[in-house]
Amino acid sequence: MPALVPFISGALFGLGLLVSGMTDTAKVQGWLDVFGNWDPTLAFVLGGAILPMAVAWRVAAGRQRSLLGNPFPAKPSPRLDHGLTIGSLLFGAGWGLVGLCPGPAMASISYNGTSGAIFLLAMIAGMLLAKPVKARLGAS
Amino acid sequence: MMHTDWLLGLGGGLIIGLAAAIFLLVNGRIMGASGILGGLVDGTGLNIWRERVAFIAGLVAVPALVTLLAGAPDSHITRQPLLLAVAGLLVGFGTRLANGCTSGHGVCGISRLSERSIVATVFYLLGGGITVFLFRHQWGII
Repeated sequence: MPALVPFISGALFGLGLLVSGMTDTAKVQGWLDVFGNWDPTLAFVLGGAILPMAVAWRVAAGRQRSLLGNPFPAKPSPRLDHGLTIGSLLFGAGWGLVGLCPGPAMASISYNGTSGAIFLLAMIAGMLLAKPVKARLGAS
Repeated sequence: MMHTDWLLGLGGGLIIGLAAAIFLLVNGRIMGASGILGGLVDGTGLNIWRERVAFIAGLVAVPALVTLLAGAPDSHITRQPLLLAVAGLLVGFGTRLANGCTSGHGVCGISRLSERSIVATVFYLLGGGITVFLFRHQWGII
């Protein structure tokens, strides 16, 4: 039962990514192409996604636990570290190079052929490489 | 003119936000794609592996079904293996180091006004913008 809702949530996420066009690498690179033919679609996607989530956080604030009894994730401390800033810069660089971030990379795996597989495998390798580096940086 | 793409973006965005809201209110989890996969990959989140696997299964299943019924959606993904490998490495490494990506920091973090998520989003937008500027307009690689 606790796995049914994550499946539905993942399915909706996949649907939303398709509908919004965020599985189209050209649209994502178009958003990042501020000095070229800029495509503002991603701003609408992010804005649209933040709305229901902002309501959800308000609902969560008035409750002790989630419906399945798990505590809500605590808001992280505002403390900034190099892992956050350097990690995000590197992520952004990879995002710009191909136009895929982790959600769409998984969502498009069934139809992106060899290209999608290479990207996803490299992404998994990058995740494994990050583990010891994170430990050394002392980031949470 | 309000482009159809923008309306579809807004509609798709609302669906993504709904997905994240359900995951938070029912399971008490952050819907962050890099965290959900990363916790499986590096073994740090195996205590709730069922939720993670189920989420990824749903995420993969819907586009696969759509592809089966209506053909593959537009992807425009590059076919250059080196570019794909380097980009994938950077995305995987960077998101884990920063504890989040577009969904975790961008959608779930910004919507609760998390300072860390706002900073992360500024930095990955900066990283992406600089990269596209250099690789597209300066060097003509992408």
